[in-house]
Amino acid sequence: MSGYKYPIPRSSEITPRAAILDRRRFIAGMSGLALAAAVPTPGKSATREKLDAIASPLSTDEEPNSYDDVTSYNNYYEFGTGKSDPAKHAHELTTRPWAIKVGGLVNNPGEIGIEDLLSAYTLEDRIYRLRCVEAWSMVIPWVGIPLADIIDKFDVQGSAKYLAFETLVRPEEMRGQRSTFPILPWPYAEGLRLDEARHPLSILAVGLHGEVMPNQNGAPVRLVVPWKYGFKSIKSIVSMRFTEEEPTSTWNVQNPREYGFYSNVNPNVDHPRWSQATERRIGGGLFAKRIETQMFNGYGEQVASLYDGMDLTKFY
Amino acid sequence: MAQSRYWTLMPEWLVYPIALLPAAHLLWGAVSNTLGPDPLKVLENGLGEWALRVLIAGLAITPIMRFLRINLIKYRRAIGLVAFIYVILHLSVYLVLDKQLDWAAIGADIVKRPYITIGMAAFVMLVPLAATSNKWSVRKLGSAAWRRLHRLVYVIAVFGAIHYLLLVKAWPPEPIIYLLIIVALLAVRLVRPQRRLRTAS
Repeated sequence: MSGYKYPIPRSSEITPRAAILDRRRFIAGMSGLALAAAVPTPGKSATREKLDAIASPLSTDEEPNSYDDVTSYNNYYEFGTGKSDPAKHAHELTTRPWAIKVGGLVNNPGEIGIEDLLSAYTLEDRIYRLRCVEAWSMVIPWVGIPLADIIDKFDVQGSAKYLAFETLVRPEEMRGQRSTFPILPWPYAEGLRLDEARHPLSILAVGLHGEVMPNQNGAPVRLVVPWKYGFKSIKSIVSMRFTEEEPTSTWNVQNPREYGFYSNVNPNVDHPRWSQATERRIGGGLFAKRIETQMFNGYGEQVASLYDGMDLTKFY
Repeated sequence: MAQSRYWTLMPEWLVYPIALLPAAHLLWGAVSNTLGPDPLKVLENGLGEWALRVLIAGLAITPIMRFLRINLIKYRRAIGLVAFIYVILHLSVYLVLDKQLDWAAIGADIVKRPYITIGMAAFVMLVPLAATSNKWSVRKLGSAAWRRLHRLVYVIAVFGAIHYLLLVKAWPPEPIIYLLIIVALLAVRLVRPQRRLRTAS
C-alpha cells in the first residue's frame, strides 16, 4: 500500500449538481418538448433531497454516469426483471420509518435507524466503478458511510467471521415479490467476510449524485462493495447479522456454479455462459468501444491482499 | 367450404413493410438515441425477440388452416423471409456492435457458450431455407424434398427459444412462454384432423 497516492479531486473539480441540471434542461429545451416529456422522472416518490458529504481519496477520477443513466438502468428484481422496471415501480416502496436490525455474534445487538445513519456519521462522496456480472459497467458517485465505522458500534465478538445482509420483503410494495413463481427466493440475501466488510472501500450508501438514494437504487440504504460484481451490493437492507459460518447468498443458492460467494470481479474467470474479459461502459451510446475488465474491478492495489494464497478460480 | 376471400385480400408483398415496422422502429430509436442508457442491448435483444415472434407467426399458419380453416398460406414465404431478415439484423448487431468484430472472442463464444452455439446453429440452418424460398427451388428440389428440407424450421424455432432461455439469469417468464408457444404449435401438428381437409396449395 506504500507509495501509492490516491488522487483527491478538489471540490472545485466536481461539477455542481445545479450546473448539471441546468445543462440538462438546456439540452432538453434544445431538442424540443417531445424529448423533454419523454425523459423519465426517476424516483417519483423520493424527495430529491440534497446530502452534505465530503470528498474521499478513495474516489475514482473517471467521469460518473449521468443521474438519468444511474437511475433508469437498474437490476432490482424485487421490482421486476427488466432494466427499466425498478425506475417504473420502485416509487411504490415506503422508505420511512426504516431501521436495520443488527444481531448475531455481537455484544451490543440493536437497530440502526435511517435518521441516525444520516445524522450521526460523516457522509462521504465515493465515486466508484460498478461492474455488473452481466458484463456492463458504470461509474457511480455514491454518498455513504464506511461500513467499518458502523460495525464498530456493535462490539463484534471474536468468533464472528462473516456479516450477512438481508433486503426487505414487502410484497404489497415490491411487485416482483408478488409473482406466483418467485423469480428468486426472498428475502434477497448477501454476505461478506468480516475483513471484506471492514475494508475501507466497503460502504453503506445512502445516496448518489449528492442526493438521497432513489428507491430504484436501493433506498434508503444499501451496500456498495466496488471490487465485487454488482449483485453483491445488496439493496434496501433491513438486517445485518454477524456469523461464524459463511452465510448463504441469493444468487449462489440460485445457481452455485455460476455465482460464487466471493464474486470478485475477475476477467480471468468467465461466467459459465459468457466471458468476463471485457465490459461495456453504459452511457457511451451505440458505438462505445468495449473496455477490458480489470482484476478486482481496478481495486486490486487496495484489496488483493485480502485474498493472498487463495485460488480465485476455485473461490470465484 | 370456400373460405372468406377477405382473409387473403392483402397482397403478399405488404407483409414485408408491415412485419419490418418493429425493426424500423428499433433502428430509428438507435439512430435518434431514444433507446435508453443501453441502446445496444435494446436493439440486439429487440431484434432477436422479433425474430422469434415472426418465426412463431410462420409456424402458426398450418394450425390456423387446420383448426380455424383460414388459409393464409400465401403469406408464409414472406413471413419466413422476414424472420430471416430479423435474424440477420440480430446477428449483425451482435457481431459488429456488441463483439465489435473481435473474431477471437466471437470464435470463443461459439465454441464455449452454449447459447451462442445454439443461436449460430439456428442461423446456419435458416440459410438454406431462405435460399430455397422461391418457386424455382421448389421445382428443382421437387415438392417432397423441399417440404422435408423446410421442416428444419421446427428445429430452428426450438433452438431460437432455447437460445433465449439460456442467456437470461434466473427464470423470467418471457423465454419460457416463447418456448411453450413453439412447442404447442409443433405439437398440434401431430393431431390428425378427424375429417380430412384437402386444400389446394
